[in-house]
Amino acid sequence: MTASGSVGSGVPHLDVDPFDMKFFADPYPTHELLREAGPVVYLDKWKVYGVARYAEVHAVLNDPATFCSSRGVGLSDFKKETPWRPPSLILEADPPAHTRTRAVLSKVLSPTVMKQVRDRFAAAAEERVDALIEKSSFDAITDLAEAYPLSIFPDALGLKPEGREHLIPYASVVFNAFGPPNRLRQEAIERSTPHQAYVAEQCQRENLAPGGFGACIHAQVDEGAITATEAPLLVRSLLSAGLDTTVNGIGAAVYCLARFPDQWQRLRNDLSLARGAFEEAVRFESPVQTFFRTTTREVELSGARIGEGEKVLMFLAAANRDPRRWDRPDSYDITRRTSGHVGFGSGIHMCVGQLVARLEGEVMLTALARRIAKIEITGEPKRRFNNTLRGLDSLPVTITPA
Amino acid sequence: MPAITFIHPDGKSIRIETVGGESAMRAATRHGLDGILAECGGNAMCATCHVYVDEAWLVRLPAMADDEDALLDGTAAERLPNSRLSCQIDITPELDGLVLRMPERQV
Repeated sequence: MTASGSVGSGVPHLDVDPFDMKFFADPYPTHELLREAGPVVYLDKWKVYGVARYAEVHAVLNDPATFCSSRGVGLSDFKKETPWRPPSLILEADPPAHTRTRAVLSKVLSPTVMKQVRDRFAAAAEERVDALIEKSSFDAITDLAEAYPLSIFPDALGLKPEGREHLIPYASVVFNAFGPPNRLRQEAIERSTPHQAYVAEQCQRENLAPGGFGACIHAQVDEGAITATEAPLLVRSLLSAGLDTTVNGIGAAVYCLARFPDQWQRLRNDLSLARGAFEEAVRFESPVQTFFRTTTREVELSGARIGEGEKVLMFLAAANRDPRRWDRPDSYDITRRTSGHVGFGSGIHMCVGQLVARLEGEVMLTALARRIAKIEITGEPKRRFNNTLRGLDSLPVTITPA
Repeated sequence: MPAITFIHPDGKSIRIETVGGESAMRAATRHGLDGILAECGGNAMCATCHVYVDEAWLVRLPAMADDEDALLDGTAAERLPNSRLSCQIDITPELDGLVLRMPERQV
C-alpha cells in the first residue's frame, strides 16, 4: 500500500485494492492515503481512476454528461462487456432517457407520499421496540436493522408474502456486482439465479398489491409516462436498492449510538434530533461506499487529464470524511450540519429513495430513544463483506428499558 | 456581494452576505441557520429548505420548475402561494435585499 509517485500525466499511481477483504476490515487508513495522494489517483490493480476528496467526488457526481452512468456504475464497462442483468433504466441510464424514468420514481416516492405512509412506518417502529424490550438481549442487525425494514418496505411495495427471503440476497448480489471480478462478485452472480427469478416475477403488474409503490409505478403506464415493458424494470430498482441500503443505514445508526453513549444521551434528551442522528450515521458510516462513472470524452479534472472511456471510482465514504470539507470528520455528532454529504450521492442520480430511508431512520431512532435508556454491545460485532455496501452481519446488544 | 435576509418564525431576522451567486439555501446552511435543513444538499429532491418569499420579491424570482412545484406539495409546513424551495433561488445582484421567511418546521 504505497503511493509510487507521479507518472506522465501527474496522476499518482497507487497499488491499493479497495475491494479486498483487508481493506473492508478497516478502510479508513486507505481512504486517507487516497485523499492525500492527490485530487485524482490511478489504481493499477483495476486500471481505474479514483477520486476520494469531497470536491472531486461532488464534481464528478454533478457532471453526468462527462461522467456517464449508461456504461455501468460498477467496474464493468457496458460498452465492452455484457451486463450480468438487463441494465437499470434509471441507475444505469443518462439523460434524456434517465430524466423520464427518474420523474416516475420521484413521483412515487415524493414528500407527499411520505406524509401518507408516515404513521404506518412509525407504528411499525413502535411494534418493533415492543418486541425488542421483550427480548432485552438480541442481535441489533437481524432483529432490528433487518427486521424493521422487512416489516414495512415489502408491504409498502405491495409484494406477496411468499418468497420475501430472496430480497436481501438479491440486493447483496446487485451491490457485489458493481465490484471487480473478485470472489465476492463471482460467487454472488453464480448463486443469483433463484433470486433473479423471484424478483422478475414480483415486478409484474399482477403480482403487486393495489396502492403500493409497485402498483403506482405500473399506473404510470396508463398515464403514458412509461411503457408496459419499462414498468417491471423500474419496480426492480426499488427491489434492488430499497431494502438492503436501509438495513445498512439503520444498522449504522444503531452501531454509532451504541458506540457513542454521549450521543445516545443527547438523542434521549431531545427526540427531535433523531432525523439528524440517522443522517449523520449515513455520513459517518456511508453504507454505500463507492460507485463508478465512465468518461464520455477526454476531460481535465483538478489538473489531471483523463481520456475517453475511462472508469472513475468515486469514494463516497472518503469524501464524507474529507477534512477539507468537514470539521472533526471522524466524530459522530448528531447535531452536525450534514447537508451536502454524499452518502446518498448528489446530482441527477442522487438516491431516489432517500426520503423513505430518512423516514425509516427517523421513526425507528425516535421509538428506540423514547423507550430505551441504554444500549450495550455485549459481543464482538461481525462485519458483512460486500463490494459496495458497508455494514455489519451481527451486533449483539443488551438494552435497558427507560 | 448581494445580501439577503432570513426571518425566523419568531420574527427574529438575520442578514447574510452571499458569495459567488450561491443559492439562498447554501447561504443559510453556511451560516448554520436551523430553519433550513436542506437534507438533499440542493438537488431539489427533499423539500426541507422551504421558505415563504416576501410578497414584494415574488415576481422578481426565477420561474419555478415542475419538480420544485411538485415537491412543494409535500412540505411539512403549509404550502402558501409565496412558497419556494430556497435551493432553487440563486442569488444574483438583482436579488440584493431579498427577504425570505422560514416556516415553523421542515420535516
